[in-house]
Amino acid sequence: MAALTQTASTGALATAWTRIWRSRRLVERNIMVYRHQWIIILSGVFEPIFYLLGIGLGLGRIIQEVPLPNGQVVAYAAYVAPALVATAAMNGAVFETIFNVFFKLNYAKTYEGVLATPMGITEIAIGEMLWALMRAALYAVAMFVIMFFMGLILSPLGILMIPVSLLVAAAFAAAGLAGTSYLRTVNDFDVPMGLIVMPMFLFSGTFFPIEAVLPDWLVTIIQVTPLYHGINLIRGLSTGIVGVGQVWDLLYLVVFFAICMWLAMRQMERKLIK
Amino acid sequence: MTVLAASGRVWQRNWLVYRRLWHRSLAFGFLQPVLFLTAMGIGIGALLTPASLEAFGGVPYIDWLGPGLLAAMAMQTATFESTYPIMNKIMWGRNYEAILSTPVGIRSILWGELAWTAFRIGSLAATFLVVLTVFGIPRSPMAMLAIPVATLVGVAFAACLIAFTATQRNDVGFSAIFRFVINPLFLFSGTFFPLTNLPEPLRAVAWATPLFHGVELIRGSILDQLDPLTAPLHLGYLLVMLGIGAFFAELTLTRRMAG
Repeated sequence: MAALTQTASTGALATAWTRIWRSRRLVERNIMVYRHQWIIILSGVFEPIFYLLGIGLGLGRIIQEVPLPNGQVVAYAAYVAPALVATAAMNGAVFETIFNVFFKLNYAKTYEGVLATPMGITEIAIGEMLWALMRAALYAVAMFVIMFFMGLILSPLGILMIPVSLLVAAAFAAAGLAGTSYLRTVNDFDVPMGLIVMPMFLFSGTFFPIEAVLPDWLVTIIQVTPLYHGINLIRGLSTGIVGVGQVWDLLYLVVFFAICMWLAMRQMERKLIK
Repeated sequence: MTVLAASGRVWQRNWLVYRRLWHRSLAFGFLQPVLFLTAMGIGIGALLTPASLEAFGGVPYIDWLGPGLLAAMAMQTATFESTYPIMNKIMWGRNYEAILSTPVGIRSILWGELAWTAFRIGSLAATFLVVLTVFGIPRSPMAMLAIPVATLVGVAFAACLIAFTATQRNDVGFSAIFRFVINPLFLFSGTFFPLTNLPEPLRAVAWATPLFHGVELIRGSILDQLDPLTAPLHLGYLLVMLGIGAFFAELTLTRRMAG
């Protein structure tokens, strides 16, 4: 009996691995497509860097210092930079999964072609996820290097920003994959970008400590959204101020990822298999 | 049909398409400035000490930031509207091909599109000004000048971007323009922090870039501190930019549609 369960679980694991391994083909396909459009991906590296220079340093010369929740003060640039790692991970993942997947789903009909091969919905979702993660990893590593040389990483824990920003990217990639299936025309992009991504970018503690400025009810609402947790976690790592709060952030992101991934697969199945 | 009447038809075509979408665009026109003013103006403003406000000429940060954001919005919206939608009319949807088979010519297409940008940016700027007024930012009725100035900023950017779009074979170049031109202009044109904070050579660069002039004029009119010496220079810069942009746009559009 014990032996039987053993085979069943390794069997499931093997299937899972086969599926992940098979989904690499979609990643390969995306790499081939981007060979002539690499500037789109590369230019994304500069967005957080420009924000860091403009807001972090430009405005930072006037603001100078910001208090952290534990009372310690840090330079404004060191406050903003880790948040920009999180927003870069979010933007990379969301742009890839919302815009590009939307076009593949509705206009290019790419996935209908993919489904005619041994690949299924799971492989498509995993493949797009892996691809979005590669893009986000590029942005996260680039920001890490810049922060390192500007002396904005205040703790050795900062190295963990890279794997954690991949988790943030995975969470948003899953949310994007799930969300894009609800959009019907290009005009609908306004809704996820203008009503969700942009407000999160502005209000998740990216540029100022929300607890000190915003009313409590608004802070409570913000604390339910994912970017807040991504920023709180990554800032904790880069400043070295880690507590129970960061464990909650981690847990939140893992659960959020799992729920969105499940929803994404269900939605894609509905959309593609008629 | 005269060039002017024909460009009116191009404007009208855009209006017919837009009529179905205007309420959503009005809603976002209100929402975006409210979000930015609250987050950046109030949020970042709370981090500034009274002494550091000296850098902003002694006005609250939100008052200083709001007009800058209005100028930036004019640039960003005009830029976006002059890339993908124009590309669509050139090669994806081929609307211009259809239009050119009527008595409407290239010049009318260009003027019609610029007039359309003027209408869109003008109405967005008016919406933005209403939001600024709710936040109590304008100092005098002079603030009304911000609407035509923002419109001019939008049209000047639109002309240059249409000239660029007409030379492109796919949309890859647009990402580069947004990330390497528009985004740096947004951040480094005196929108978020005064350029007096920059080293001398960088300040000279800022003077050469277009958004800076729009920001100065719009902030000057809303805070009622227009400088009679520099204001004509800023205005002249934007007008020249519009002229050069429109000239090249007509050139590249003519070449593209002939090819």
